[in-house]
Amino acid sequence: MRIGWIAGIASLAFWAAGAAGQTLQVPKSVVAGAAISIPSTGSGAAEIYIVGPAQVLHQKVQLGETITIPQGALYAAGRYLAILSGQSVRGHWAFDVTPSPDLEKISFLARPSRLPVGQANGVSGTVYLFDAYGNLILNPVPVTFQYAAPGGPAQERTLTTRDGVASVEMNSSSRQGNANFVAHAGGVTSTRVVEQVPGDPCSLKMTAQPAGNQILLKTDPVRDCSGNAVPDGTIVTFTETQGDRQTTVDVPLKQGIAQVTVPAEPGARISVASGVVLGNEIRWNR
Amino acid sequence: MKRGALLALVLAALTVLFIAIGTLHPNASARFFAGGEGLLSSASTPEAAARKLGSEIELRAWQRAYNSLGNKAQFTEQEFFHDITGYHESLRTYATLESYEVFPQHATASDADVQLQLHWSTVVGSFTDTRNLHLVRNGDRWVVDWPLVRSKVVPPQVIAVNYLRWDVIYRGAGDDWGIQDVEAPHVRIVDMHPVQRAAGVVILGELLNEDIVPAYVSVRATLQKKDGTPIASEGSFDKISHILLPKQVTPFLISFPNQTLADVGSIRMEPISALVSASADPVIEIQNQQLHPIPDPALTGQLENQSGQIVNVAHIITSFYNQTGQVVWIADQYTNRALMPQTPVPFRIPIPEDLAHSISSERTVVATYRARGVE
Repeated sequence: MRIGWIAGIASLAFWAAGAAGQTLQVPKSVVAGAAISIPSTGSGAAEIYIVGPAQVLHQKVQLGETITIPQGALYAAGRYLAILSGQSVRGHWAFDVTPSPDLEKISFLARPSRLPVGQANGVSGTVYLFDAYGNLILNPVPVTFQYAAPGGPAQERTLTTRDGVASVEMNSSSRQGNANFVAHAGGVTSTRVVEQVPGDPCSLKMTAQPAGNQILLKTDPVRDCSGNAVPDGTIVTFTETQGDRQTTVDVPLKQGIAQVTVPAEPGARISVASGVVLGNEIRWNR
Repeated sequence: MKRGALLALVLAALTVLFIAIGTLHPNASARFFAGGEGLLSSASTPEAAARKLGSEIELRAWQRAYNSLGNKAQFTEQEFFHDITGYHESLRTYATLESYEVFPQHATASDADVQLQLHWSTVVGSFTDTRNLHLVRNGDRWVVDWPLVRSKVVPPQVIAVNYLRWDVIYRGAGDDWGIQDVEAPHVRIVDMHPVQRAAGVVILGELLNEDIVPAYVSVRATLQKKDGTPIASEGSFDKISHILLPKQVTPFLISFPNQTLADVGSIRMEPISALVSASADPVIEIQNQQLHPIPDPALTGQLENQSGQIVNVAHIITSFYNQTGQVVWIADQYTNRALMPQTPVPFRIPIPEDLAHSISSERTVVATYRARGVE
């Protein structure tokens, strides 16, 4: 226990002595990727270790000369420690590597990539700005978002990043199709395609006609409330009820309509639905 | 050392003794597999003849069973085999006869009627195949006339199928961060209702695919105490139709055995969806659905495959509603025979007797499986 205390105090004294000697003149802050010159005093050979959050550099140096860290050697932003170790001198100096102000890359997340038409604030876009070395740029940077969808004017908003991030919400327009969602900052552009798809069927309507001893049930072209054709493959459920018996069939839309034949039962009640949307009802009296 | 030698000697003596007993007095199944008749009883009575046939089916001794039939001239051994195991790949193909029962119906000195109930087990539950056998006396033996169910023959024809099919290209493993994948389908629980049953808590509900792409779906539920701590977590397993086409609704049922609803403060529901390749074909029509009241409450109906392809297994899931439209029960059933094109196949889903009086309507969906994969 006592030995531990002694060792701790000795270590602190060692570090304090090293730093107080001011053997190196390390800058408080350097830009990621930039070359660094560190003037040193004293004489003799030593070694310098530069330890950061994502990298460690080691270099043999001659005290009294300027230590040079080449361009691109220190690239990961964060808090660093320069540790000098030689026969006559030891010490450490802390400094920061900050992201380069030159924007190189935008990571643009648009959610969702597919949504129904006519959704207020339905699309969200978030950008993360990075320098050439993949460091998040924390300084405020203006970002312009543009959302251009079929059937509506392009929406544009300009925001300033905070801690390297900016996000926005846009409305989907009333017409189906692909919308271009663009984020633009510092000469860099990133584009995402958002698929605007039709909403729930609106005013689902079917007709019935005899087909031998069966009934041919057929919907009108199925559209959503904005007039977009509901895509093929969407399930339409036909239900025929006669007394205590029932026949149901789930039919996918094909070329915009759904059709099926069911047994012809005089007095049968026939209904149609798709998802949670109900259509018309027919009573078969033939 | 001496003790060890003595133990070895005793074990060797016991082994020799058991081999001798097994050789001189083999059990029935060992004698049968050694080529003897041991397992199979004689056909001296109608019941014994039916039992003998049941044993042969249980042992998959098809040739022996076929040769024992009185009306074998009317069909081939292959037809007999396929009548029992399915003409096309289906649940029957992989079923194991768990047990059989014989119920005498009628007998005279020269002929008899016996009901043979074959109880099959499969990976998705059991089913019973009931055959009414007619037996004829032949000397001192009784022989069975097998009531062969022939495969329905669909007339040769071309059925044009141009329903939609969806394929999916997912993002690659090496794509950059920030490169987006295709959005998972949007699904929504449109009904959920916990009930207390004798076996525990059961959650009944319905899930809607509100997207324009097909979805592989599942539902998970977590029962929580009043202070929010979890009690148990379960999934819908096979009590759901896993593939949902756009705007399709599936019932789901989640069981929590040995739990009490009174202990539950809240329930956390997690609908799970994933993009999946799928086809809108086949279309299955569910005809003549009929609710039968007590004393034998059930939903009966027929499935008709409107496609040109054979459906190997069909899973029928039904939501039962009360007069106010609330889900009161969900039940399911698998067909044990393949669905041939345009050939109705009957089904029967039993309803719990205590719920039968409150059921006023139902909604049934069918999930289909083909031998080359889920569709």
